[in-house]
Order: sequence, then C-alpha cells, then structure tokens
Amino acid sequence: MLEAIGLHKRYGDLVAVHEATFRAEPGQIVGLLGPNGAGKSTTVAMIAGILKPDRGEVRINGSLIRGETDPVKRSIGLVPQELALHGELSAHDNLELFGSFYGLLGASLHNAMQAALELTGLADRTNDRVSTFSGGMMRRLNLAAALLHDPDILLLDEPTVGVDPQSRNAIFTNLETLKSRGKTLIYTTHYMEEAERLCDRIVIIDHGNVIANDRLEAVRRLAPAVNVMIVELSASGDDGWCDSLRRLDGVESAELNGSSLRVAMQDLTDTAPRVLAFLRQYDLRYTHVATERADLETVFLTLTGRSVRNA
Amino acid sequence: MNWIAYWALVRRDVKLFFKDRRAVLMTMVAPILIGSFFGYLFGGSGGDSQNSRVPVAVIDQDQSAASRRLADALGKDKLLELRKVDPAQARDQVQNGKITIVVIVPKGFGDQAVRSLFSSPNKPEIQLMYDPSHGPELAMVRGVLTQHVMESVSAEAFGPGSSKYLDDSMRELEAAEGMNPADRAALKQLLGSVQQWNTRLNNNPQAAGGASTGLTMPYTVREEAVTAHKDAPYNPYGHSFAGMSVQFILMMGMEAGLAMIMHRRGGLWKRLRAAPLSRFVLISSRVTSAAFDSVVVLFVVFGFARLVFKVGVDGSLAGFIGVSIAFGLTTAAFGLLVAVSGKTVEATRAIAILTTLMMVMLGGAWVPAFLFPAWLQKVTFLLPTRWAVDALDAMTWRGLGFHAALAPIGALLAFAVLFGGVAIWRFRWDTAD
Repeated sequence: MLEAIGLHKRYGDLVAVHEATFRAEPGQIVGLLGPNGAGKSTTVAMIAGILKPDRGEVRINGSLIRGETDPVKRSIGLVPQELALHGELSAHDNLELFGSFYGLLGASLHNAMQAALELTGLADRTNDRVSTFSGGMMRRLNLAAALLHDPDILLLDEPTVGVDPQSRNAIFTNLETLKSRGKTLIYTTHYMEEAERLCDRIVIIDHGNVIANDRLEAVRRLAPAVNVMIVELSASGDDGWCDSLRRLDGVESAELNGSSLRVAMQDLTDTAPRVLAFLRQYDLRYTHVATERADLETVFLTLTGRSVRNA
Repeated sequence: MNWIAYWALVRRDVKLFFKDRRAVLMTMVAPILIGSFFGYLFGGSGGDSQNSRVPVAVIDQDQSAASRRLADALGKDKLLELRKVDPAQARDQVQNGKITIVVIVPKGFGDQAVRSLFSSPNKPEIQLMYDPSHGPELAMVRGVLTQHVMESVSAEAFGPGSSKYLDDSMRELEAAEGMNPADRAALKQLLGSVQQWNTRLNNNPQAAGGASTGLTMPYTVREEAVTAHKDAPYNPYGHSFAGMSVQFILMMGMEAGLAMIMHRRGGLWKRLRAAPLSRFVLISSRVTSAAFDSVVVLFVVFGFARLVFKVGVDGSLAGFIGVSIAFGLTTAAFGLLVAVSGKTVEATRAIAILTTLMMVMLGGAWVPAFLFPAWLQKVTFLLPTRWAVDALDAMTWRGLGFHAALAPIGALLAFAVLFGGVAIWRFRWDTAD
C-alpha cells in the first residue's frame, strides 16, 4: 500500500505540489490527472524517492524511505515519462543493467527478464538493439525494466506518450494484468479517456493542488448530470431552426458546427426522441446519431473552468 | 555497497564507449593520425635534418676569392640548403616564402673585409633579406655566417696574396697621427711577424706543420642528444603522441560528461536514483569506467607509436602505467565537472570544448611548453595537461625512472580530487524534470 501524506514541494516562488495527500491500495490503479505542469511528475518523483519533499512523507507498506539505499525502495518500480533506455544496447543488455541495480544476478536475473519480456510481448526481440524498436515497443521495454525486481508498487509517469493505439492497448492490457496480480499502480496522464478506462481511483491535480480525490464514479458525479446528443446532418446550414430547437422542452443547449449538431439535455429518454422528431419536422435528414456521458474532461472543466488540454 | 550494480554500470559505460564507432575513431585514430603528422613535422624519426635545412640563397656581387670561398662554405654547411636565385627575383622569393634568407655579399667585400680585419674603418655590409616568420632560422644563419665569413676572410688575410693588405696596413700605421709610439712599434712588430709567417708558409707549406692558412674555429663540437639511452636518437613522435593522447583522452572525458547530461535528460538518471543505490556507486562507477577507457586509449595509441615509429617506454613502465591511471582519473573527474556545468548538452558543449582546447594548448600538447614565454611555462603547471604531457615525455623518450613520475602522479591525483570535489559539490542529485 502507498500513502502520500501532505507532500509539498516549492521551487523558488513556484509551489509545484501543495499538500498532496492520497493513498493507493494493492490491486488498485490510481490515476493522477492534470494538465502538463500540474505537478504530477513532481509528485511521482517524491514518491519514488528521487526528489526530497519540503514537507510531508511517503509510506510504502507503512514504512518511510530512509536514505538512498533503503531496501524499501525495492518495493517501487518507476516507469519514467522519458524512454529511459540505452538505444545502442540490446533489450537483454538494458534489462541486465537495470536488474543489477536491485542486486539481480544469474538465474534470478534471467527469470525476471524472461517474465518481464513475456508480459510485455518482447520475448522474441531480446537480442535486438533497442534503437531498432518501434516507439510502442520501446514504451513496453520501458515498462519491463521497471518490473524486473517484482515491485509491489509501480509508478507510471505518462507511459503511453507518443505511442500508436495498438501499442497503447497492449500496455493497458499489461497494466490490467499487473493489477490482477495485486500490484499497486500509480498512473499519471493528461489523457482523461485513459484514466477512465484504467483507473479505480482518480486524483486530479491542478497547479500543484489536489482538487479531486475519490473513486472514479464518485469523481464523475462532480460534473453536472448532462448528456450530449450528437447528430451528423446530411446538409449544413441554419435558417433559424436552431433557435427553435433551443426552445424545445428538455433541451439545455444546442450548437451547430458545420453539419454536426450537439444538443445537451438532462433526460435522455424523454428529450432525445423529441429532438429527432423536431429534425424530421424541419425535414433535416441525418446520417449518424450518438450520445456522450459527462466525462472526466467535463469534470476538469467544471472544477477549473478550463479544458485539461488547454490548461 | 552494491558491487553487482557497480560493475554493471562500469561494463555499461565501457560497452557504450566501444559501441560508439565515432567516439572510438575520434579517441584512438585521431591522435594516431595527428600525432604522426606532428611528429613528422617536428623532424620525423631520428631527427631527419635533411628535411629541416634552411633554404638560403647567396648573391655574390663581389666575385672575389673571399666571397667565392664564403659562398662555397655556406653551400657545404649541413644546416643550410643553398638555392640558386636570380638577383632580380630575390626579394619576391623571400616574400612568397620560397626562400627563407638571401645573403647579399656586396661588391668590394673581399678587399674591405680583409683590410677591416687589421685596421680599416670601412667595413663591408652584408645584407640579409629574411622571411620574418622564420625568426629562429635568422639567428641560426647569422651564427653560421659569422663562422664562414671569419674563415674565408682570414684565409685571404693570411694567404698567398696577403702581403698587399699587410703592406697597406703598415703604411696606414706609419701615417697615423697622434698614435702612441710604443703602440705603433708593437703593431708594426705584429704585422711584421705575420708577414714573415706568410712568407715562410708560401715558400714551404710543410714548414707550418700542415696547418691551413687563415683563422679557423678554435674548437670543435661533439653533439649528443641526451635521450633515454646513449646513441638513442631523439624521436619527436614521442612528444607528439603524448600531446595528442592527452588531448583526445580529455575530449573523451568531456563527452562522458555530456553523456551524463543526456542520461539525465533521457530519464536514465531517474531510474538510477529510484533504485537503492548510493551516490558512491553512481559516481565511482563512472570514474572507474572513464579511467579504464583512458588507459586503454593511451595504451593503444602508444602501442601504435611503438610499432610504427619506435616510440618506446624507455623510462619506467610502472611510471607510465601510474601516469596513465592518474591521468585517467583526472579525465574522469573532468567529465563529472562538465556534467555539472550546464543543464543541456547544447549549452555545455561549446564551453567544454573551449576549456578542453585551452588546457590542451597551454599544457604543451600541440607544441612543447619550452617554446612558451618563461612566465607562461610556470603558469601552465596549474593545468593537469602540462603535468600529463611532461610525465609521458619523461617516461617515454626522456627515459626517466619511476621517481620522475611521482610528482606528476601526485599532481594529477590532486587535480582529480579538486575536479571531482567541485563536481560532487555542484551535483544536482534530486531531479523531477
């Protein structure tokens, strides 16, 4: 179990992290969400023991990290945001090096490497130079390097930056496997959809402050209960019907962008058929209809007044 | 201490160095090529004097026996390469660097020079036109010229045709007004004795016991280059390989420092710091690998120099190894210093290259430090490169014993401690970026 208690870090006048407190249980994935520069990486660095907090403490299974060589650090595996690999060396040589940091040698190192490479689907590329790997494969090797010493807690700092959807899904599958094995995962990202797919708990950070910290469903409820109906029209253009639509009973807002119509409503069951009937009445044909729930992006927008990508 | 991690980190650095062909090429082939070139420039194996003779031309406007004898003597001198030149083109030839010095022997030289030897105030003027970029050669030619002029002119003064000059000098002596009578008598006696000697010599050359006419140098010279062993010629490749090794090993240390910055930027530093490793393991493994690489480079370069140019470790092998290791440690510490000098490779590289080249230049790696002004020679002992180059010279072609390596080893280790201490003091251990 991981407990971050009142973590605080300041750089000159800038407060990077302000009194951050949260916890993560075994078999749980906790998402640290926030825009770039929010303080996520600083928080991860403090948890990993590579950055000393000004105040606060981190407890790993109840123990504090005392000093650089404290064995408690063996309970943590770090997947840095950067591809922390030697491109000139093979995957085998990279893993051999990183395993040595934790005293792994001989058969124990070999077994750990095999397990990590198999989990990440790289067993057939063991002896290839890392510089010949695709971006997704490098990301998976970056993950494998953090798993060699079988840590209880895995810190993943934006582990899917710059990878294709296929590799991203592969990494997600790996993380879900680790979760099922009882590992504790801290996952930082500014992709809200990633957090929604993976995380059990959400910690939203903005300007160093924790502004939300709860289970995923509870955090979702922080947003107003709004559903959005998206209608792709056959033709674009508004000759005044959009104003009439806004006055329709149950419609909270209606926006036409080209041929894409977005209609917000509280009650999907009653209002959606009414909107479709309205369109038919005005002889507006459509090619596609979809609905969206309030998501974490909406939550962030609600809590901060800004979109996470524009923050 | 986690020895498994320590050795793994050392192996990683060594492996990364030798996998980088560009780095290996720069660090091993470049000093061999440039060292060979400089060695050749400075005289090649055994000091090939044929390649270092000064190109000189003589314009004889006098065409007297004395001037012809002078030109002939200059042509035979082993330090000079006599070239023919059209008098009208002489100045241009010097100006465009084809001839270093032109000696112009004026009309009337023979006559005036011989008279001037005894009393005449009208000394002939020999003109030297020289290339100002060859100052040391001018001084050398001036000395050589003095010797040959004295021999040529005195041969004329005391040779078969000398009675004319002696008679003239006697007459001038008689006519000199206000001269002390005792001095006049003494000089007349001297000139008379010379006349008698010349008469005897001309009538019977064997009477002089075979002595040649004219003055000769009152001494002979036996030259001995003091190198590692008697009869072992000076090998200029020894110094040039020492200098170039020091330069490129130091640059390798600089690159190792820049690599540390890249590792920090690339997240590898985070991985290292997240592991339960002490600072001692992180730093000492770096120092060990850099020192190892340095020693390997030094041995490879000097191995080549030995095979191809016969540059041997004629002094203490233990001293050579000790200096190599000490310089390797200094290089490693210099790399650490580079690593803490800037946050980005781009910002650090330029200043690191400038610093390295300054240290190399002032350390005497390009040209020997004895060519520096006296004050600069003293100041450069504040640089590790000076100690390293001097020590490698001492252990190779100078052939000195282990005792001569002790002070340089001590100085290099002191520099290693200084550089390393500053680097550790300035090192940013924490990182979040």
